[in-house]
Amino acid sequence: MKLTFTIAILLIVFKGYTQVEISGRMTDTKGKPLYGASISLKDSYDGTTTDSLGNFSFNTEETGKQLLQATLEGYASFEQIISIAGKPIELKISVKELITELNAVVITAGSFEASDKKKGTVLTPLDIVTTASAEGDVTGALKSLPGTQQVGETGGLFVRGGTATESKIYIDGNLVNNFFYSSLPGISSRGRFNPFLFKGTVFSAGGYSALYGQALSSALILESTDLPERTEGSLNISVIGIGTGIQKLAKDKKSSWGLTYNFSHLGPAFALIKQRQDYYQNPVFHEADGNFRIKTKRGGMLKYYSYWSTGKVGYRSEDIDSANLKNAFNLDNVNTYQNLNLRENLGKGWKLSTGLSYSTNIDEMENELQDANETRQVFMNPAGYAFKNFSIVKKSHYAQARAYTEKKLKGLNAVRFGADYFYSQEKNAYTDYNGAKSDFVITDQLSAAFAETDLYLSKDLAAKIGGRAEHSKLVDEWNIAPRLSLAYKLKNNGQASLAYGVFYQNPESTLEPALPGAGYAKAAHYIFQYQKIKNDRSFRAEIFYKAYQNLFTTTNDSYGRTVAADNDGTGYAKGIEFFWRDKKSVKNLDYWISYSYLDTKRKYLNFPEAIRPNFSAMHTASLVVKKFVLPWKTGFNAAYNFATGRPFYDIRFDGLQDKYVIADKGTTIPYHSLSFSLNYLPKLGKTDSKIFPIIVMSVSNVLGQQQVYNYTYGSITGNRRPILPTSRRFVFVGCFISFGTDRTDDAINNNL
Amino acid sequence: MKKFIIFPLLMLLSICTLAQNADKYNKAMKKNLQALDTAFKSTASLLVVANNFERIGDAEKEQWLPYYYAAFAQVNIGFMEQDKSKVDAIADKATSLLDKADALSSSNSEISCIRSMIASCHMMVDPMSRYMQYGKESSEALEKAKTQDPSNPRPYFLIGQSLKYTPEQFGGGCGTSLPQIENALARYESFKPASDLAPTWGKELAESIAADCKK
Repeated sequence: MKLTFTIAILLIVFKGYTQVEISGRMTDTKGKPLYGASISLKDSYDGTTTDSLGNFSFNTEETGKQLLQATLEGYASFEQIISIAGKPIELKISVKELITELNAVVITAGSFEASDKKKGTVLTPLDIVTTASAEGDVTGALKSLPGTQQVGETGGLFVRGGTATESKIYIDGNLVNNFFYSSLPGISSRGRFNPFLFKGTVFSAGGYSALYGQALSSALILESTDLPERTEGSLNISVIGIGTGIQKLAKDKKSSWGLTYNFSHLGPAFALIKQRQDYYQNPVFHEADGNFRIKTKRGGMLKYYSYWSTGKVGYRSEDIDSANLKNAFNLDNVNTYQNLNLRENLGKGWKLSTGLSYSTNIDEMENELQDANETRQVFMNPAGYAFKNFSIVKKSHYAQARAYTEKKLKGLNAVRFGADYFYSQEKNAYTDYNGAKSDFVITDQLSAAFAETDLYLSKDLAAKIGGRAEHSKLVDEWNIAPRLSLAYKLKNNGQASLAYGVFYQNPESTLEPALPGAGYAKAAHYIFQYQKIKNDRSFRAEIFYKAYQNLFTTTNDSYGRTVAADNDGTGYAKGIEFFWRDKKSVKNLDYWISYSYLDTKRKYLNFPEAIRPNFSAMHTASLVVKKFVLPWKTGFNAAYNFATGRPFYDIRFDGLQDKYVIADKGTTIPYHSLSFSLNYLPKLGKTDSKIFPIIVMSVSNVLGQQQVYNYTYGSITGNRRPILPTSRRFVFVGCFISFGTDRTDDAINNNL
Repeated sequence: MKKFIIFPLLMLLSICTLAQNADKYNKAMKKNLQALDTAFKSTASLLVVANNFERIGDAEKEQWLPYYYAAFAQVNIGFMEQDKSKVDAIADKATSLLDKADALSSSNSEISCIRSMIASCHMMVDPMSRYMQYGKESSEALEKAKTQDPSNPRPYFLIGQSLKYTPEQFGGGCGTSLPQIENALARYESFKPASDLAPTWGKELAESIAADCKK
């Protein structure tokens, strides 16, 4: 009896003395050995880790039926019940690779993305503000990337043979109609919005998503920042003005609000840096913005951004059609922009994104022809110089409502669909030299519906298939625009992408009154890209072809005014672009090179034949260099932009032939510009400092190279005159101070 | 009569099993802690130890230490990994292990220390762009660790260590590092681990930084 018990106890207590070896090999479904997988028997300590050949082997004292598990990040998990009965066990384990954000290919054809988090991006938000030639303007930085033109005589982005109006800008999904300050004749206008407002930037030079429309060439998609890191005040003083602001983060870090105000007066700067124009009203701006951001309970975010600005400027410049007359031009502008945005998780993989925006813009422009004594000149003889006296008041309202939902499916697959509604009203009131008034109002309502799906056929092959349908009340017809992009992962961190899409845009508003019922302008994009990113070095090459159809053509009406004639204009743009960025080869030095070749011709507006438009250069290249020198607490940034000469034309209406002819043409000298900026952070690393100043200096056209943007012709005499920068060089010096809380943490980041 | 014999025997048996289990846990932990000491030579050997700890954690279900050490080993793999594109995934793995430890032992100063290391690991992928988010996360976790257990030397050691390798212009270097390291060393002297399995690491590294700074 006792003996039986003793044996039983001994058997139980020392049950495990018989060890069994479990071994095998783990591979993926293609037979590639998997290293680092954890092999275990559930609820026991027993197990091991696979070696570089996928082999594993361990001993166990467990017996009977046991659950063997094999896990490796990025692969399907493996489970199998095994019976351990004294004999060694050998297993072949084969698991499928999962499609995850980490290993899956990313669709990149046509676009540059600046993001901190996402992979496959070649830029970060910081790059946008530390590019020397950017001068604190979001779009300025983009002009050092392939696909953009170095157009300095007017604001906006000229992308791949497209005009500035073919590029649209979105903030949190909502279209921004007056992203740039109102344009002045012959003077480039900057973007209104502070680059620090945005945490993510996608610049698409073509083939963009079905979520956006109404841009024949390019979409710039900006995403505003979330909650600020901390509460702080700010103060800035520079050669162009002063400003102050506050960002308040709630104690629970779930909400925040902010206000800023800036006053700019370019008088002092223009007194030091002589301007080509003679300013009788120096540019003066008041700008204020406000925001609030609230994190929702389900992890969504409600954001509101409000912007208000007023500005005035007036200057005299020599009249092109005479030797001693001048044009005195002045502009008063009031601009407002409101953007309300909600992103919310609805549960079960559904996400909702809604937005409302409303903006207004009033431009009051006046031009007066003056003699040397600055008195108004009105004479019809000869040739209607009197028409150079005019005033225009443009009042615009834009509203947008947008909603879409996204459903995440298995793997990384997703579907998105939604709708947009735009309302726009533009009132133009024109007053002639003799007080004769003419005005017109254009009102449009544009409705759009879109759907898009992300399809991952494998981790190496992804497709984005989408479509967009739009109906403009003005055009009064539907358009349907298919969009497709594909990406395929190659060996050694390379990938190939393709994009195709059809894009529609409403007629430009200045041409609309004369041509009701004309259809949409249309462009089709075909893009092929190769990209390789490895260890802080990125390379990409892109070939594109773009076909334009239904562009607007113009004619002269009986009053000699330019009016829309038809929409049978055509054009094409094709080219190849390269981008190379290297943060590695030289320690602490970061540089990128971009090059664009562009072959484009179009027949539109008053072009008598298909010609290369005057805003396109054949070769464009940029070199951007950034270096932060720690001992000096200073970041140095330089940029060299180059473009071959652009064509220019004098296109005139020949009454005898009853058609437009090219009366004169030529090519400008090549464009060279070296810009330089430095950021000095004197309190860098002083953790006890309550005040954190950043001193910024930037110089444009350091070498003082002669730059001719283009040529303009007198409408009366045909006199030719170059369009030159407003000054040979501009120097900006400013000090940005944050206070209230320690800002050392952002030191490296905010070196503007 | 039989019953009287069976009962104490069963008692004895269950005590034996319990003791044997506790013994098995202690033995396995000690064995792997020893292995951990020598595993820093390669990511491969650290991974083996990390997986060993994770298996012990999964089997034990109630012990935070195995997950803690698994996360510690994983985050060190992250620091050693040369291919920056792989680091985020490793740090995420460490986080998932640490979350399991945290669920078993909340407001634990040692766990907050690893939390800080994981944030630093994410930061190292792209310090210029990530300093703002992860630098802050990392230092906040260490402040938390200090308040959770003021006697714990490791938050001070980690602060001192990170300052040692921060350029002087950013407020680092021996000048600011040494006081923290000395603070840590004083705490290492008096720190009593809760058990012989509890974390004790960092002292030798602190001593070598102190020696280096005093040169």
